Amino acid sequence: MKLLIYVWEGVKIAYEALRSYKLRSVLTTLGIVIGVTTVITIVALIQGLNKAFTSQISALGSDILYIDKFPWMMEGNTFWVYRNRKNITLRDAERVAELSTLAEAVAPTLMTRRPIKYQENQVEGAIIVGTTELYLVTSNVVPEFGRFLTANDVSHHRPVVVLGSEVAEKLFPHSDPLGKRVTIGGYKFRVIGIQEKRGSFFGNNLDTYAYLPIGAFQARFGAQFRSVEIEIKVQSPELLDEAELELTGIMRRIRGLSGNAENDFAINKQDMLQDTYQRLTGTLWAVAIGVGAISLLVGGIGIMNILLVSVTERTREIGIRKAIGAQRSDILLQFLIESMMICALGVFIGIALAVALAKGIAAATPLPASITWWVAFLGLGFVVTIGLFFGIYPAGKAARLNPIEALRYE
Amino acid sequence: MLIQLQDISKNYQIGTVSVTALKSIHMTIERNEYVAIMGPSGSGKSTLMNILGCLDTPSGGSYLLNNTNVSDMNDDQLAEIRNREIGFVFQTFNLLPRANALHNVELPLIYNGTPASKRRSQAMEALEKVGLGDRVHHKPSELSGGQRQRVAIARALVNNPSIILADEPTGNLDSKTGDEIMEIFETLHEAGNTIILVTHEEYIAEHSDRIVRLRDGLIERDEATNGHV
Ligand SMILES: Nc1ncnc2c1ncn2[C@@H]1O[C@H](COP(=O)(O)OP(=O)(O)OP(=O)(O)O)[C@@H](O)[C@H]1O
Ligand SMILES: [Mg+2]
Repeated sequence: MKLLIYVWEGVKIAYEALRSYKLRSVLTTLGIVIGVTTVITIVALIQGLNKAFTSQISALGSDILYIDKFPWMMEGNTFWVYRNRKNITLRDAERVAELSTLAEAVAPTLMTRRPIKYQENQVEGAIIVGTTELYLVTSNVVPEFGRFLTANDVSHHRPVVVLGSEVAEKLFPHSDPLGKRVTIGGYKFRVIGIQEKRGSFFGNNLDTYAYLPIGAFQARFGAQFRSVEIEIKVQSPELLDEAELELTGIMRRIRGLSGNAENDFAINKQDMLQDTYQRLTGTLWAVAIGVGAISLLVGGIGIMNILLVSVTERTREIGIRKAIGAQRSDILLQFLIESMMICALGVFIGIALAVALAKGIAAATPLPASITWWVAFLGLGFVVTIGLFFGIYPAGKAARLNPIEALRYE
Repeated sequence: MLIQLQDISKNYQIGTVSVTALKSIHMTIERNEYVAIMGPSGSGKSTLMNILGCLDTPSGGSYLLNNTNVSDMNDDQLAEIRNREIGFVFQTFNLLPRANALHNVELPLIYNGTPASKRRSQAMEALEKVGLGDRVHHKPSELSGGQRQRVAIARALVNNPSIILADEPTGNLDSKTGDEIMEIFETLHEAGNTIILVTHEEYIAEHSDRIVRLRDGLIERDEATNGHV
């Protein structure tokens, strides 16, 4: 009860003091404002990115391995080293399927960009994927209408196509695409299915894809200079590492690599993106912590400075309070409350700016940024730690003042 | 016995020089006495008042207040004594400039944790006693000197202290206003309060029933006032 009276009194005194020096108080909080805005905006950005990344990366199954000529993540200009590798062939993919004991499904894929036409409608730069019926398993794509490629389509190199939902919408705004003949890069293909909507994957619109039997793809768009990507669904996610070892062995055998020769292929997986992503957000975290810490330190010192001024200006007031019975702890509390209130003002302005900034970023760029309830806790944490840490010295100084000397201060 | 001073001394150290403000003071004051302290400038009156008011501690000797030895109490214990036992009235009023009269008078009650509603009624009562019931929401800058000193007296009264100490309470006031303030002290004395005041003016000291004269840090004379016994 007593403490409550003191705290409330402290809040009133601090409020009065802040009100009588409005400009000074706001300027003092500048460092805190910058620090809080930076930290919260970056954390909001990271949170938004995390959310987006998690939903994106789920397009790549966690139990899928991808054998490629190139690794997904290349350091420096090592591209030239990888470029000289032998292409991965359809035959390699067939051998992998034969030899692997841990693979549930193996699907070779080839990709190219070609326009797709139907009558006067055209989709430029659609991504044409040549693959097999097992792609249905490895990529988790499901047709919404019609069917996906079958083993028969693939073995007979039939000129059939499964369209992505957006391709289908653009080519057939008013009619049923199933059974129609579309022209892909100058060749006719019959539409047998339409995929369900998939959204986009790191800027790639997955709904502008079209899927053909791989043999038909090679016959029309060439086989010689294209390296196949082999997608392997492992029997269960726990077997991923083991499968990677097995596949490495198989690939080395198929490609006739001698004992100490380096691999001339890459085995890619979802994890690699995750690693790279974590490095990226790690940098962001470092920036947030760095800029935030420096500004908060500067802000804290600003608060300490202004409190020291305030203690000096109010020496007489402190003397009066002590003369009529205020204890050291009462004066200490009063100035700590004032310190925390200045800090709270800064944190409040900082949060408001950060919210505005996050909204702006989310509106102006594709980067998502989301601020939720956690800022309240973060802000409260800042107020208490910075307010106490930088307030304790000036408050202690005020509390220790000798009442007579303080009363005599001019 | 309310106050008993034994061999009280006070030295101030300024660099290497030691200034003796009080040499050796022996004095007892009973409850409901009205004592005036007089003496030339620099004789140690304010120093003595500060010690009596527990704002300062003596360099030597012992001070018993209500039979408690306060001469070797620490800061926080002294603050509590000041709050509970002592009402101080200063020559320069020493009011909080940004707070109104009511809040200034409430201040001692805040520091002993009196709840807000009780605080308010007690402060109102004290302000009415000094005739300022109609000025409670005025800030010190909106009051005359005499009115400010009345607020200060109300603040000194509000906690029902054992002693009211006043160091030249009329020093900053004209003589007519000074007389009004002295009347208030008279009334308080009649109501049973113990009052100790410092003054330079004989006619003001006449209000008391005992005059203690200081010179060079010693009591020169200590006698009953004419007309009082
Ligand atoms: N804080 C201090 N530091 C050093 N010397 C002091 C201090 N306070 C008082 N003194 C000295 O102690 C002596 C007594 O001072 P005090 O203020 O008690 O005198 P006073 O009787 O109240 O005088 P006045 O009538 O002018 O108010 C003086 O010589 C003064 O210089
Ligand atoms: Mg004096």
